[in-house]
Amino acid sequence: MPDDILYSIRNLTVEYKTRAGAVRAVDDVSLDIRRGEILGLVGESGCGKSTLGKALMRLHDGPASITGGELVFDGRNLMNLSLREMPDIRGAEIGMVFQDPMTSLNPVQRILDHLTETIQTHEPETSIATARTRADELVERLGIRHERLKEYPHQMSGGMRQRVMISLALALRAKLVIADEPTTSLDVIVEAKFLDLLKELQKEFGLTILLITHNIGVVAEVADRVAVMYAAKMVEVGTVQDVFADAKHPYTQGLLKSVPNIKLDSGDLYKMGGQPPSLLHPPSGCRFHPRCPFVMDICSVQEPAFEPVIGDHLASCWLYQKAVAEKTTGKQEIRHG
Amino acid sequence: MSPIAIIALIIGIPSLLLLAYVFARGSTGLRRYILTRIALTLPMIFILATMVFFILRILPGDPVTSALGPKGTPEMIQHIRATLGLNDPLIVQYGRFLWNMVTLRFGNSLVGGHRPIIDEMSERFPATLELIIPASILALLIGVYGGALAASKRKKTLDYSLRVYSVVIYSLPIFWFGLLLQLFFGVRLGWLPISGRIDAIIGTQLKTVTNIYSLDALLSGNWPAFFSVLEHLVLPTITLGLILSGVFLRMTRINVIETMQADFIGAARARGIRERILIYGHALKNAMIPVITLIGLQVAILLAGAVLTETVFSWPGMGSYLVERISARDYTAVQSVITVFAILVALISLAVDVIYSLVDPRVRY
Repeated sequence: MPDDILYSIRNLTVEYKTRAGAVRAVDDVSLDIRRGEILGLVGESGCGKSTLGKALMRLHDGPASITGGELVFDGRNLMNLSLREMPDIRGAEIGMVFQDPMTSLNPVQRILDHLTETIQTHEPETSIATARTRADELVERLGIRHERLKEYPHQMSGGMRQRVMISLALALRAKLVIADEPTTSLDVIVEAKFLDLLKELQKEFGLTILLITHNIGVVAEVADRVAVMYAAKMVEVGTVQDVFADAKHPYTQGLLKSVPNIKLDSGDLYKMGGQPPSLLHPPSGCRFHPRCPFVMDICSVQEPAFEPVIGDHLASCWLYQKAVAEKTTGKQEIRHG
Repeated sequence: MSPIAIIALIIGIPSLLLLAYVFARGSTGLRRYILTRIALTLPMIFILATMVFFILRILPGDPVTSALGPKGTPEMIQHIRATLGLNDPLIVQYGRFLWNMVTLRFGNSLVGGHRPIIDEMSERFPATLELIIPASILALLIGVYGGALAASKRKKTLDYSLRVYSVVIYSLPIFWFGLLLQLFFGVRLGWLPISGRIDAIIGTQLKTVTNIYSLDALLSGNWPAFFSVLEHLVLPTITLGLILSGVFLRMTRINVIETMQADFIGAARARGIRERILIYGHALKNAMIPVITLIGLQVAILLAGAVLTETVFSWPGMGSYLVERISARDYTAVQSVITVFAILVALISLAVDVIYSLVDPRVRY
């Protein structure tokens, strides 16, 4: 594995067991997270992006389980660790910031105790006094006066609580921070401030951040690279410049067109036709083909590979795999004949 | 100093300290809330006492006929009624009763040696305290830890067993369960005494101060008496404690399960906090908030259970006293006991509300 890759996800599959059968919320997804980058992971609600985020820490509840793939974090395959060993990684090496800061803090625990508990869980030898000093310094850095650590979560504003969540992820100098829709519940001004803070922290601590969001505008603002998911599959990955200037996958193109423009010069807002598919019975072949404006015969038959289009820019679409497409179509005809 | 005064001091001083602490530390809203609650409690007790007074007078029979039986001549009955003040108009009796309550003198018993009720209660009330305090502690320990344990093993054998336990134990009649324990541990195995508070011979050597025998034995360093008291306490405590534990277990279990689904538990898990600490630290503390409310509501059931338990185990407390005096139609005693119970329930539910505000930082009155 190249040294600049912090987290290499290979063929990850996560299934939910339901009464109607197994649902793959993440299906054969591969993705590299590079050291020191902010990687934006976008997709519609229910496309599996949050499940992917949780799977990176092997955090899944009840009906969900990882049924295949490798999770190579910092040179170690986390799938080889037992579930009893996972808590040592969580919080210490990979931190997580959740969507709703209003409900992500224990209502009967002081903010300070959240921090010292986290520090002492991973570093039992640290004295409570040292842990307190560290907590004070950390939150001051994030723009919260340390006296406020004595307060309970309900006494703080949403933006402040989200900064507390960040401080919890940073308390042990985690190498990777997974931020799952961190700004969804914040208003736009607080959101902008929070994103600025995220960028500053990335530079200052050399953080790697996986920013999960459905808001492609947020990605454009802060991310270095962007990964696009559709119906449990990874459809496109590339640098923000490449993807925003020249999106390859028709889904990404549609996504970019449906972002409202402040100038309102493009007339009516573009609406993508159709609905995201049910993951219980996903469409055959490429999952986007029922909604795709460029659909070809092959698309409903066979799934396109997820491979480079130009350099670092990957997409899984038959439009860019023409040579392969013709060959397979040929094969298909032979089989039918 | 009478035993009841000593007990009032033992309970009263810490409660006053707690109240003073909350008063000093709490918001003006909390202070106003406590004062309002106290102000509302007084009319409630007054209404209850009045109801008891009139219901007793409606009941057929009176203290004199039930004491004399069929042998009493009309002249005797008239004479005794007159000396007990039962021939006075009802409104005069009611006024006398209220005055006795306000001055906390309670009046004299209408049967037997006509002793002051306060003296009889100072023997009986400590016995009830000695029973209900360990029984509540036992119920809470089993309920809270059993509930958390069941929640942590959700849908496993241990969970199902604990749930069956809680339903079965809750639906057992106290007198039947008590009898079973007596039969098995007292009669069949002969391990434990089945009635009374202390061995009769050892009891004569116990110097009583508070009438809470275990405390008295400890204070005077009388070890044989102390162990005899403990021995006598085992079966009644288990009877009352286990029966109450069922509700607490179910309540704690369901609240812990609910809290374990909360976002902040997921967030704490993502910080590497271990499952044990998530359940017994984070979830249990949050789950205790509704359970504390339940404790307040259970006090009345606890006292009702004490009445039955005391009757089964011939435990000379307030409960068996109440039962005896109801059948003797001892108006004064019954009125006084029920009023004291009402005060107790009101005070404990106030204390529970105050504790609630200490446990849950979000509560603002």
